[in-house]
Amino acid sequence: MTSATEPAEPLSVEQLSATTLLRFATAGSVDDGKSTLVGRLLHDSKSVLTDQLEAVERVSADRGQDTPDLALLTDGLRAEREQGITIDVAYRYFATARRRFILADTPGHVQYTRNMVTGASTADLAVVLVDARNGVIEQTRRHAAVAALLRVPHVVLAVNKMDLVDYRESVFAAIAEEFTAYASELGVPEITAIPISALAGDNVVEPSANMDWYGGRTVLEHLETVPVSHDLAHCHARLPVQYVIRPQTAEHPDYRGYAGQIAAGTFRVGESVTVLPSGRTSKVAGIDLLGTPVDIAWTPQSVTLLLADDIDVSRGDLLVPSKDAPPTTQDVEATVCHVADQPLTVGHRVLLKHGTRTVKAIVKDIPSRLTLDDLSLHPHPGRLAANDIGRVKIRTAEPLPLDSYADSRRTGAFILIDPSDGTTLTAGMVGESFAAPQPVKDEGDDDGWDF
Amino acid sequence: MTTAATVSEATGGSGDAGPYALSHLDALESEAVHIFREVAGEFERPVVLFSGGKDSIVMLHLALKAFAPAAVPFSLLHVDTGHNFPEVLEYRDRTVAAHGLRLHVASVQDYIDRGVLKERPDGTRNPLQTVPLTEKIQSERFDAVFGGGRRDEEKARAKERVFSLRDEFSQWDPRRQRPELWQLYNGRHAPGEHVRVFPLSNWTELDVWQYIAREHIELPGIYFAHEREVFRRAGMWLTAGEWGGPKASETVEKRRIRYRTVGDMSCTGAVDSDATTLDAVIAEIAASRLTERGATRADDKMSEAAMEDRKREGYF
Repeated sequence: MTSATEPAEPLSVEQLSATTLLRFATAGSVDDGKSTLVGRLLHDSKSVLTDQLEAVERVSADRGQDTPDLALLTDGLRAEREQGITIDVAYRYFATARRRFILADTPGHVQYTRNMVTGASTADLAVVLVDARNGVIEQTRRHAAVAALLRVPHVVLAVNKMDLVDYRESVFAAIAEEFTAYASELGVPEITAIPISALAGDNVVEPSANMDWYGGRTVLEHLETVPVSHDLAHCHARLPVQYVIRPQTAEHPDYRGYAGQIAAGTFRVGESVTVLPSGRTSKVAGIDLLGTPVDIAWTPQSVTLLLADDIDVSRGDLLVPSKDAPPTTQDVEATVCHVADQPLTVGHRVLLKHGTRTVKAIVKDIPSRLTLDDLSLHPHPGRLAANDIGRVKIRTAEPLPLDSYADSRRTGAFILIDPSDGTTLTAGMVGESFAAPQPVKDEGDDDGWDF
Repeated sequence: MTTAATVSEATGGSGDAGPYALSHLDALESEAVHIFREVAGEFERPVVLFSGGKDSIVMLHLALKAFAPAAVPFSLLHVDTGHNFPEVLEYRDRTVAAHGLRLHVASVQDYIDRGVLKERPDGTRNPLQTVPLTEKIQSERFDAVFGGGRRDEEKARAKERVFSLRDEFSQWDPRRQRPELWQLYNGRHAPGEHVRVFPLSNWTELDVWQYIAREHIELPGIYFAHEREVFRRAGMWLTAGEWGGPKASETVEKRRIRYRTVGDMSCTGAVDSDATTLDAVIAEIAASRLTERGATRADDKMSEAAMEDRKREGYF
């Protein structure tokens, strides 16, 4: 087996190009060692280069620290270095011979929910960090709930600071069992627990000599091998039309192509397709994959579809197989995470962006807000503040073809935008979100709330 | 319950993900094309920053693919420091002509000649680009400006959004960025504001080079090893020239070098290299222990937050 830490044998362009891409997000509370884990992953996978490390060593020494503070690798802004905190999601890049990685490094400090939602929205995997001494705490449950809500396909529980509990298997096993039971109930499809010490380097990149009772993979090996493709055969094919390509040149007088990135599933030449929301139908006459004609294309390829009939299709429309069209509706029910500082209230007039379509909308009702600690639902909160997760009912000015977020992370998602200043207000996920929603609490339980 | 011990068997351990998995380059390409098309669909007057450097060359290549067989629906903009490499300017003009594109040029030299900008004591013109750039954006009323910035270049850039809103002074405020969720980019902006767009956000230097190799994209010759008269300043090999180097205390020598980045001659350093082909360049970068900017950019070494400070003022 090739270890990421061996000196890399130079690979050919073909070998390098064939590697796949894994997008993942990290989540952890303050002081549970997330920056150290990220620093360790970057450092031990030899992704930190000499000049970066020298800068970290210089700043650490200036501050009187004995060892280089790996967290400095990831805190990039002036204010972050001054205050020693992480303000915002940052994206990191590293590679091994097997795979390229895009890491959404989400701060666990302030505004944690919206930051983790941002990082998790594009992630194939989430690493949830737990301090072995503290076990599963409220923040851990919050991270698990957000991963479940966002339908991140793989979750890794990294039980950190094993060095501080004498590398005891019983400590790890108890935490792994408690977390797995909780996350499974939320509907997280795959959970992998790994005992680590980010500070000492146990099971992050190198297998630990201190935990021979653990027979599994290190964090990096798991990241390198977890599957990223989905079973496209069972996906509903969806193409939001971004742009109509019409060259109108002597060479291409009649070319009329519908450009977009396939959001889900596969499209084939000859297939009957329906344009939504109009409902007009045609056949796929051709598919251009960035200038090259192909017979079949799949998500997430950016393509241009040519149709057999000259029908009205424009930006904002959704092309779908005629045999598998989603219903269109002006009444959206969704779970949302509110990401802006100004609250979302019933009666709020907003813009809703779904795929390539932006429509006027109004918030008709906020039936409940989720309490992440125990997953109970607080009824009719009236508004959602920053970082709140809740259920909303929205009426749109035009019909939208909506999938359930459970079926399609691309076409089941939307954002709400403030029409007055363009602020991104809310991240929305259509349909039921949790596998086992808890019953709504009695009104009598609400004494502790401010409104 | 699934622990790593049992899950790892199920995954087979190959890292390969079946017939529908895209290679990482295909995934990056598809994402960048999606970003170009979103901008084409949502903005009135987009422009692509084009310097003749490898990142902007890759951007143009992606734009050509995104709208084929139609023409690229954007014009190009170059901020000319007046200290550009002649080979790069020649490449720029030839490429613009070959694709029938329109090029806007914002000239730092003009601003200096008019007395609006002052030459810096260190001779570096990179920080002087900000004013001509932002004034050109305002005067041409560009509402979306594509840049080739990559988040792997620098830690302030690691915080950058794909769609980055700038106020009427082109300022970047990292604390007030919009969360960017899924691929639902929010391009809303008030009149006078604009959006900086970074289609190569998720690319690394190595990705760019691999893509250039895969797509057989032509580059200016200075990216490959060649003999050049250079001199040492601040630990870097700079090209001797009329821009002001070398000083009397600095000695010119002929070395075999190439450039990893292309920018203002006064602050872009060359690296010693024998790499004359794309494969050799890729092998050299894969083995390098220095970042692209650490190896070749004087202006980023000015302070810990040099890039952040310039970005805040409107630089890319």
